[in-house]
Amino acid sequence: MITASLIGLPLVFGLLLLFVKGEGAKRIALVASLLELALAGFAYFTLYNDPSSDLLATSVPWITSIGADFHVSIDGISILLVLLTSFLVPIIILSGFEKKTENPALFHALILFMQMALIGVFTSRDAFLFYIFWELALIPIWFICLIWGTGENRGTITFKFFVYTLFGSLLMLAALIFVYLHTDVGNGLHSFDILAMYKAGQSLDLTQQSFVFWGLFLAFAIKMPVFPFHTWQPDTYVSAPTQGTMLLSGIMLKMGTYGLLIWLLPMTPLALDRWGMTVVVLSVISIIYASCMALVQKDYKRLIAYSSIAHVGLIAAGILANTTSHISVEGISGALLQMLSHGINVVGLFFIADILMNRTGTRDLDKLGGIRNVSPQFAVLFLIVLLGSVALPLTNGFVGEFLLLNGVYQYNTTLAVFAGLTVILGAVYMLRSYQSIMLGESNAVTSSFGALTSNEKTILVLICAAVLIFGVFPKPLLSIAQQDIEILVKTIVPINP
Amino acid sequence: MIQLAWLVPLLPLLGFTIIGLAGRKLSKGLIGLIGSGTVLGAFLISLCIFFSLHEQTHTVQVFDWFAAGKLHVNFSFTIDPLSSLFLLIITGIGFLIHVYSTGYMHDDDGFHRFFAYLNLFVFFMLLLVMGSSYLLMFVGWEGVGLCSYLLIGFWFKNTSYNNAAKKAFIMNRVGDLGFLLGMLLIFVTFGSLDYSTVFSAAHDSAGSNKGVFEIIALLLFIGAMGKSAQLPLYTWLPDAMAGPTPVSALIHAATMVTAGIYMIARSSVIYVNAEIASEVVAVVGIATALFAATIGLFQNDIKKVLAYSTVSQLGLMFLGLGVGSYTGAVFHVTTHAFFKALLFLCAGSVIHAMSGEQDIRKMGGLKKFLPITHLTFLLGTLAISGLPPFSGFFSKDEILAHAYEHNKVLWMLGILVSMMTAFYMFRLYFLTFWGGFRGTQEQHHHLHESPKSMTIPLLILAALSVVGGGLGIPGEHHWLEHFLHPAFAYTQTFVHHITPDFTHELILMAIAVAGALAAIYVAWSIYVKNKMIPVDREEDMLKGQRVVYNKYYVDELYDAVIRKPLDVLSDLGYRFFELRGVDAIVNGFGTGVKWMGSGLRLLQNGNVGFYIFAMVISIILILLVNFI
Repeated sequence: MITASLIGLPLVFGLLLLFVKGEGAKRIALVASLLELALAGFAYFTLYNDPSSDLLATSVPWITSIGADFHVSIDGISILLVLLTSFLVPIIILSGFEKKTENPALFHALILFMQMALIGVFTSRDAFLFYIFWELALIPIWFICLIWGTGENRGTITFKFFVYTLFGSLLMLAALIFVYLHTDVGNGLHSFDILAMYKAGQSLDLTQQSFVFWGLFLAFAIKMPVFPFHTWQPDTYVSAPTQGTMLLSGIMLKMGTYGLLIWLLPMTPLALDRWGMTVVVLSVISIIYASCMALVQKDYKRLIAYSSIAHVGLIAAGILANTTSHISVEGISGALLQMLSHGINVVGLFFIADILMNRTGTRDLDKLGGIRNVSPQFAVLFLIVLLGSVALPLTNGFVGEFLLLNGVYQYNTTLAVFAGLTVILGAVYMLRSYQSIMLGESNAVTSSFGALTSNEKTILVLICAAVLIFGVFPKPLLSIAQQDIEILVKTIVPINP
Repeated sequence: MIQLAWLVPLLPLLGFTIIGLAGRKLSKGLIGLIGSGTVLGAFLISLCIFFSLHEQTHTVQVFDWFAAGKLHVNFSFTIDPLSSLFLLIITGIGFLIHVYSTGYMHDDDGFHRFFAYLNLFVFFMLLLVMGSSYLLMFVGWEGVGLCSYLLIGFWFKNTSYNNAAKKAFIMNRVGDLGFLLGMLLIFVTFGSLDYSTVFSAAHDSAGSNKGVFEIIALLLFIGAMGKSAQLPLYTWLPDAMAGPTPVSALIHAATMVTAGIYMIARSSVIYVNAEIASEVVAVVGIATALFAATIGLFQNDIKKVLAYSTVSQLGLMFLGLGVGSYTGAVFHVTTHAFFKALLFLCAGSVIHAMSGEQDIRKMGGLKKFLPITHLTFLLGTLAISGLPPFSGFFSKDEILAHAYEHNKVLWMLGILVSMMTAFYMFRLYFLTFWGGFRGTQEQHHHLHESPKSMTIPLLILAALSVVGGGLGIPGEHHWLEHFLHPAFAYTQTFVHHITPDFTHELILMAIAVAGALAAIYVAWSIYVKNKMIPVDREEDMLKGQRVVYNKYYVDELYDAVIRKPLDVLSDLGYRFFELRGVDAIVNGFGTGVKWMGSGLRLLQNGNVGFYIFAMVISIILILLVNFI
């Protein structure tokens, strides 16, 4: 019931917004997203009190002829992504409060539609439904990037983004249908139910599983993205409006990592044993390669875009660095925690890039400098977000990163050493950019920077609070997921040797 | 009392929070009071803990940090002799330096920021030594690194200071990666990161997997190299002198840089069973000690001399750890904290009096003007030079005696380091305080002794530097060894404790003292008797001297081997591989599809004749394929 409401609420408000005119739309959208946040909080406590509560699941027959149900539910794993989504959307909406937006009603309706689709992706327990939500999420963000984006060639860029991800989705669809055709729920009928899909996937032989594995992996790898499927990402992130970039990087890419965990791992365990090393190596290459690319960027937004690839690479590595003979619960827990932390931190960083752009008209590292002299408060808040993203202990980035490296280490020591380079490289590009933007003498571009507005302050304080609170108390997030991770692990390894 | 141990780090954290949030609105007096007061409170509690310890190990649980899979980490503190000794050093010296800073930083715009950072540093440093697991040590470890970054770059308008700060953080991160990997291996091997579990498991399984012990020890040591500025990760420390002088005294001399020694002493049961790694620790230690000492011979910046001397002394401590003298190393940490903090604070007092001048070639004759600074600096210099009965003599002697038992060459090199230390420290002393004044008229005019808030800490530290050796008088009544015994209890099983023969030790001492006296005499004859002043221009130096003066060009080497290639390769990678390689392939697919589309489009030309023609041809082809 709660889960269905979480999907329905943004949809209803989104539709409502289509009939509203003017700036008031922003407020309605904010209220809707706050209601959604309250509902997500309620879901958390319901789950906390009774993990098997009926309130959390809704399952109604949908297209019975093909065995697809409208089956959504929240468990200890999906709750984290639901919380992430419903925490970030209000922040994303709020971040546009002081900016003039063309056609605000449509813009915010699209954000809410997107939220609906995202929650749907994270809670679907039916492969067909999952695919529908997956595709639904693409449409609003594509319009957001296309209509409200900046830059001359945003048409080409968003088209590439659209086609690229759609291409991935089609591979996923093919893989899902392939598995679907091997399900059997009696009388020769098939089902898209997630557990039936797991069972069918596991009954396939290695060649068939490999086909499924690569179909799904490519879809997810493009979404996150992982090297070498990442080239749509920096351009799209840069040309999208900031709120679009936040949606893409903060939440949408978690569709990929979540997909790896929930759909890929349990469905193709044999293929994971066979191809795991290949994809983990790709993820680790992502970390190092994207970090190196981040080192040489001059546009701060592009720099964060590359840093995001690096961070997501580690999450992917942590999820994929498992075999049927050894699954690291630590690594998977770390991946989940890091999905949250990365979402919060990257949204904070993109917001900072937006503040820089609004005030100085540039994001060029060479032109900025000395902002700390004029806005010490901004300097402190910026630093806290940055520390979260370089995973300093007692910030939200640390425990996740440690657990992820732990998982990769249990899989392969050498790869862990390479993945660990993120500890060094991350510090290099983050501190370098902080120095060029904030430290030194202020110049003509930055001397009139001024203090933060109360809106900007609110958002940054909220993000910084999340950075610190989840750094010191990550336990509520980790412990709620533990039981379901154990269950998932048992699904992946049906016969525990 | 011990159950209140959580208050020790909490107080400075509270100080940081208050000053950090409200510092702008508070008066300087109040900020100084809060900053110093919280650390004093922590010191008093530490004292109580110290006296109610009774040589036992206590664990104080604060809260559950997190749990995932088999990894369960408590936020809890270990209170045992080792950590309580460090608590006293950190809070005691920390308090004195806070008081000193109220005077030293009084006219600085960032006064409140300074005290906020300093309190935060004390908090993290306390966490580092109190944490009951490697992961908590790591929390403190990275936390002090952050504070060090913030304080080195305290004057953030200056680009070279910012670069120094960044360099310190990044170089430390290189070490931290080693620490991190070491922790992962510990977890995989022992299934926990808690000291109590790890050490008892290590103690019980010591014979069986030597290789793992060696690797863990080496990985942790990489972490120690970064934090404690050992070869090859030492170059950040001399640059770190960009920070305000009290920071150099507290962080970059007395406390943070000794974290590596603490880590290895804490892990003694692992190192005792890792002979190769211990050998590496000893060799790296003595090599760093020698290397830094030679550089120290030619530096002309008062703080740089002290910085290289710190690197060198840390090297000696690692030598001690490497040869199994854990008590000796911790002893030297303690005495070094006294005299090196003292020397840095004296240097601060001198710089304060000289209106910011740090070049000793432009000083001279200051003993008339700064009587207290002069006296205390002299005592500190005597202590570091290893002359009896000053504190440095006893601790250094203990390390050297163990080195002698282990390997005579290490001992000889150790004596060489002591002699060089005595030489460059007295060179520094003579050039600064003796002879005639070589500064400008204006500086001369302003020369004055520092205020009481600065001189009183100097006097207290000087007293400690003089008598601190009493903690470990060689022979049966070595107090520190008895005191620390419980912390190294697991280690004792594996060491055949050799108490060096007393007469033997006396001879070794005599040699060391004679060496130091000779070095001092040489320094005296060059800089006092012959009134030599180091040459100004690099061109006038001898070739070898120039190499040493430029720190063996190690910084340049790192630039050329690591930094530049990384940047250039990344740049090339971005321009050619990323933009023209990967992306071009992706776009190629797009173009290919488009091209095919536009090709195929031509087939649908609306000409019915063409369609029928195509149909007939197709039917023939299908028939052919089916029948052949």
